[in-house]
Amino acid sequence: MTQPKVSIPRDADNWAKPVERLSVGSTPSGALNLNVDGRQTQSPLRGFGQLWQKTYRAALNGSTVTPQALVQTWKEHFPEFEPPESRFFPSVAGVKPGEVVLINAMTPGGPVSTGVMVMYSDDESFTLMTPQGHPESGWVTFSAFEQDGVTVAQIQSLARANDPVYEIAFRFVGAKIQENTWRHVLMSLVEHFQVAAVVEITRTCVDPRLQWSQVGNVRHNAQMHTLIYMITSPVHRLFRYRAK
Amino acid sequence: MSEAKLTLNIRSMGAQVRIIDILGDVTGAADVALTDAHAQASAAMTIILNFTGLEYMNSSGIGLLVTLLIRAQRQGQKLTAFGLTDHYREIFELTRLNEAIMLFATETDALASLQGSHI
Repeated sequence: MTQPKVSIPRDADNWAKPVERLSVGSTPSGALNLNVDGRQTQSPLRGFGQLWQKTYRAALNGSTVTPQALVQTWKEHFPEFEPPESRFFPSVAGVKPGEVVLINAMTPGGPVSTGVMVMYSDDESFTLMTPQGHPESGWVTFSAFEQDGVTVAQIQSLARANDPVYEIAFRFVGAKIQENTWRHVLMSLVEHFQVAAVVEITRTCVDPRLQWSQVGNVRHNAQMHTLIYMITSPVHRLFRYRAK
Repeated sequence: MSEAKLTLNIRSMGAQVRIIDILGDVTGAADVALTDAHAQASAAMTIILNFTGLEYMNSSGIGLLVTLLIRAQRQGQKLTAFGLTDHYREIFELTRLNEAIMLFATETDALASLQGSHI
């Protein structure tokens, strides 16, 4: 009897496996591991605020780097391209499907410790997905492609604010800060290849509705949890000291 | 950007149901094709996506499915799907699309779920 042929999809190794809850293996040196362990991953369908797709592009005119080589560099030097106030801490394994990247950022609203999971990775792109409590609910894809003989680096986010507090923050200052962050990343990447480029941004409101059914997400708000941790950590340290 | 390696066939199953057969790769390059297919199916109350012929999908492709879903929801349309292999079912689970798109094993099952509604 012949067995039915089971073919392995070409993208099989590119995707993370579904996880019930995130788990951070070992905390990278210098990182604060908060608001990631035990959290569920989110998607653009969850979350509270308006759903936005934002695309940031920079053409590397004058560079011979291929899209594949650019993305390889991007993965290997990912934290170095981030602005100083937004620190990313990949795991030892790096940017690979299923790996968690911790994020320690400073915002006008104070510090926020959170993270992302690598949802997808191939030779020309990788995608990060956010957990509960992250300012956004959704994905951001970093990719490169060739257009008219020129390699173009692209960041594309598809996300909505995770809860009402974040939605208010995004409408006042958060969206601008986020755009500046991704602009900084693209400019740093372009500078790495020793060329100059202009970052073009396109914004599309995919869904203007607020998802009131998700209002309870606020209980996971990573910024609030981080602030509480910062305020109470001296007390925790005192109790640990007295217990010794 | 790479060219779309995708063919979309649209079939009418009664006045209110359209099946979109997806054959090939769902990547960012499929944007125009999926938008056009949805426009052609805009009169239907239910759109059923047939993934039996899906050969490859990346994260940009799954993003297109999210925007297709939102577009359908905003027009008051129901979006369901069938024919996903275990691998692509896992991706729907990972991305939580399975929470918003009802998945069926076969076309018969997908159509049967509409019995009594509007087929």
